[in-house]
Amino acid sequence: MKRLNKTFFAFLLALLPMMAMAQIDGEFIKPRPGKFLLQNATVVTITKGVLNNTSVLVEDGKIKEIGANISASDAEVIDCTGKFIYPGMIDSGTKLGLVEVSSVPETVDYAEIGNFSPNMQALTAVNPNSVAIPVTRVSGVTTVLTVPAGGLFPGTAALINLNGYTPDQMYAGFKGIVMNFPSSGRRGRFDRRSDDDIKKANEKALKEANDLWDNAKSYASMAADGAELEYYPEMEQFAKATTGELPLLIEVNAAADIQAAIKWVEGKDAKVIFTGVSEGWRVADEIAKAGIPVLTGPIQALPTRESDRYDTPYANAGKMAKAGVKVAIRTNGQENVRNLPFFAAFAAAYGMGKEEAWKAVTINPAEIFGLADQYGSVETGKVANLIVADGDPFETKTNIMHVFIDGYRMPLSNRQIRLYQEFLDRSPGLKMN
Amino acid sequence: MQKFNYFLAALLGLSIQFASAQVEKGSVLIKNATVLTVTKGTLENSDVLVQDGIIKKVGQNLNAPNGVTTIDATGKYLMPGIIDAHSHLGLDVVNEATSPIVAEVRMKDMVNPFEVGIYRALAGGVTISHAMHGSANVIGGQNATLKHRWGSTDPADIIMQDAPRTIKFALGENPTRVHGRGNGIQPRTRMGVEAILRNGFNEAIQYKKAWAAYNSASSQKGSTAMPPVHNERLQTLADILDGKIIIHCHSYRADEIYMLINVARDFGITKLVFQHTNEGFKVAPEIAEYTMGASVFADWWAYKFEVYYSTAYNAAILTENGAITSINSDDAELIRHLYHEAAKTQRYGGMTDEQALSMITINPAKQLGISDKVGSIEEGKQADLVIFEGHPLSSYAIPQMTFVDGVKYFDIKEDADDQRMKVSPTEMVEPVMIYEGHDSRCMQDTESLFETTESLFLLNQ
Repeated sequence: MKRLNKTFFAFLLALLPMMAMAQIDGEFIKPRPGKFLLQNATVVTITKGVLNNTSVLVEDGKIKEIGANISASDAEVIDCTGKFIYPGMIDSGTKLGLVEVSSVPETVDYAEIGNFSPNMQALTAVNPNSVAIPVTRVSGVTTVLTVPAGGLFPGTAALINLNGYTPDQMYAGFKGIVMNFPSSGRRGRFDRRSDDDIKKANEKALKEANDLWDNAKSYASMAADGAELEYYPEMEQFAKATTGELPLLIEVNAAADIQAAIKWVEGKDAKVIFTGVSEGWRVADEIAKAGIPVLTGPIQALPTRESDRYDTPYANAGKMAKAGVKVAIRTNGQENVRNLPFFAAFAAAYGMGKEEAWKAVTINPAEIFGLADQYGSVETGKVANLIVADGDPFETKTNIMHVFIDGYRMPLSNRQIRLYQEFLDRSPGLKMN
Repeated sequence: MQKFNYFLAALLGLSIQFASAQVEKGSVLIKNATVLTVTKGTLENSDVLVQDGIIKKVGQNLNAPNGVTTIDATGKYLMPGIIDAHSHLGLDVVNEATSPIVAEVRMKDMVNPFEVGIYRALAGGVTISHAMHGSANVIGGQNATLKHRWGSTDPADIIMQDAPRTIKFALGENPTRVHGRGNGIQPRTRMGVEAILRNGFNEAIQYKKAWAAYNSASSQKGSTAMPPVHNERLQTLADILDGKIIIHCHSYRADEIYMLINVARDFGITKLVFQHTNEGFKVAPEIAEYTMGASVFADWWAYKFEVYYSTAYNAAILTENGAITSINSDDAELIRHLYHEAAKTQRYGGMTDEQALSMITINPAKQLGISDKVGSIEEGKQADLVIFEGHPLSSYAIPQMTFVDGVKYFDIKEDADDQRMKVSPTEMVEPVMIYEGHDSRCMQDTESLFETTESLFLLNQ
């Protein structure tokens, strides 16, 4: 009835091993740990160059060995001839796991009530069984920062791997306290406050932030002196930002606000990371001089000003990187975090270059999160978060063949693929027999 | 009276000619490009000659006639101008949300040629957009097909005058939310949506009968028959029944799509395109058999409940089942990279280059009823063209130049930072808009009727 072309058949053939298993009624493919030898690939290590005809041995969740001739008789061998191995991609800012259906408030768990709630833990609300997680992971994104939103200090973000059935199994070792730096800009079309109202709200929020910071410093020093303090969970958590125990993730976008934020953090003992940074290109030198790393995105976004050149959001990451800022890329997404590789491609095309764009989704975030010894590159001893692809994973034409997270071989299926399998050639079709 | 009517008609005809005469038509020779014709294959190292806004010749070693500029496109790709079958750019308002049926309102009365988004769309290779009414009504207003002639200040200049009429319909959550939940009137459910449609069309049939009766009575000698009161809303529905208007229906779930197919078949309506159509893949054989296909997102889902059971393989499933399929934006940001959205059908369903490119060129042209004029690089067609650095389906592709009717409206090398045509005199400092994700305007002007996640978020601040 319908004509399938050759390319399509080729694609189906490529999927066959996976589909064949998935089509057996009742059978479900689980994430599978084990000893895997990914044989004879081109390994794009990110930190140690590109290695041709090289194999990677995965064991006990780690990258055990990288080399031309690895002997591991008991390992499951996966032939990767003609394929490429990359580290799993890291999305440096998402709401993945915190929301299932955006317009249904019952499923939205990223914004708690109140202006000062740094003790709200994103990790607590991560739904390990969110339908969006397997949808994301087939794109090669293995790790994401999941971030609460809302008031001035809305909560604590957490880095998670996209494998595991409890938040603790998913936790990848980084947390940061989120601050929404008082904004002089507008938050989209729904923000219909007057200029005056915005200015007043801005000043009020800045004063509040200063007061809270001073209180938190006092709280921290009293706690250090062994004082008996009243139960104040918000302050207890926030104090960790003032001592540098937990980094402070400052969401800041407008150029004037970025400058104000640079001033604001001066002289504070905080480990500061900027997030968003939509207008970073306007003040890139100042950010570089302050030595503050940024988690920027979404790359596919509208310019912040009507007068701005159309490609400023595409070029922003590259311009900051060129100025010497350490840049990681985020989607700021939830259901479509799978687009991270394409965002990176746009950044690459509009001035960042492929190599730097790859770093911005691998080793740079790993370094910014203080986890460069575990994540962000293909190196011996690191966590085995790996992807195998038949080409450049930033290209839509490329197929992601395998994904490993924590050394688990992940099933490359999800609800969207299962719907494809069911409905591509529906039975019954137009008419019942 | 009769004579006066002829005079009016002549005047109208003249004014249309006058209006179209104002639209600039260009001549240009583009040389040595890889020409992606979409309908006639890929031509390596080929030239395209445009004269007075029309593609005159496609071939090799073409020479520029006197006075015609030559552009060397060696190493670059040339494709037809991208067509977005679902957009709200260039419109002052989007929703007339006051009644479940507002067929009488027309977006062409609301066209705003100053919106900088039109230029940004050109910078993404988009030459035509379907400026649609919103989705607050079961039967919404009539849409306008725009040609992105950036720089014109007359709304008539950016309307594609030779495009057929189209109208917006909407099913599911939006109309039931606005009318049922917001205003406490039918429809509150998908049952009510069907009733609104059937009642509306039956009323239009009665209206047509009343006019037919009057027309036949008034032709009798000495007739004293009184004409029925003109009703633009019912006249528009009658025009739909007569096949003069293409329906473009906002829809998500398979059941509601199937419902409208049945309604359309019962009333003999064949000019029907589904928009969004996230669950179109479930009724792909029906869409293929009975409609002009579906215009879908490449990968958007889960932003509301009725799109939770979506798949990014939707476009591929629809295509493989024989439905005309296009990829649209419905968004001021997404419209900037529709070539990339189309490319996603290669990741999700293994579409060929030609299938993927069709989804943003000839297929939306078919759905808008303009495929005889645009949507492919063929001799005789209007010269809406884009030059790309890199294959347009590569994630690294960068549009270089965009032409409408042979006139260059975007050139990456001549792109000025500030492309605004007018600056607000009341604005002391230009506002900074922080991008907060999807800029879908389908429900613009109806926010007051219900709480959105966005408004909750703002209350929180």
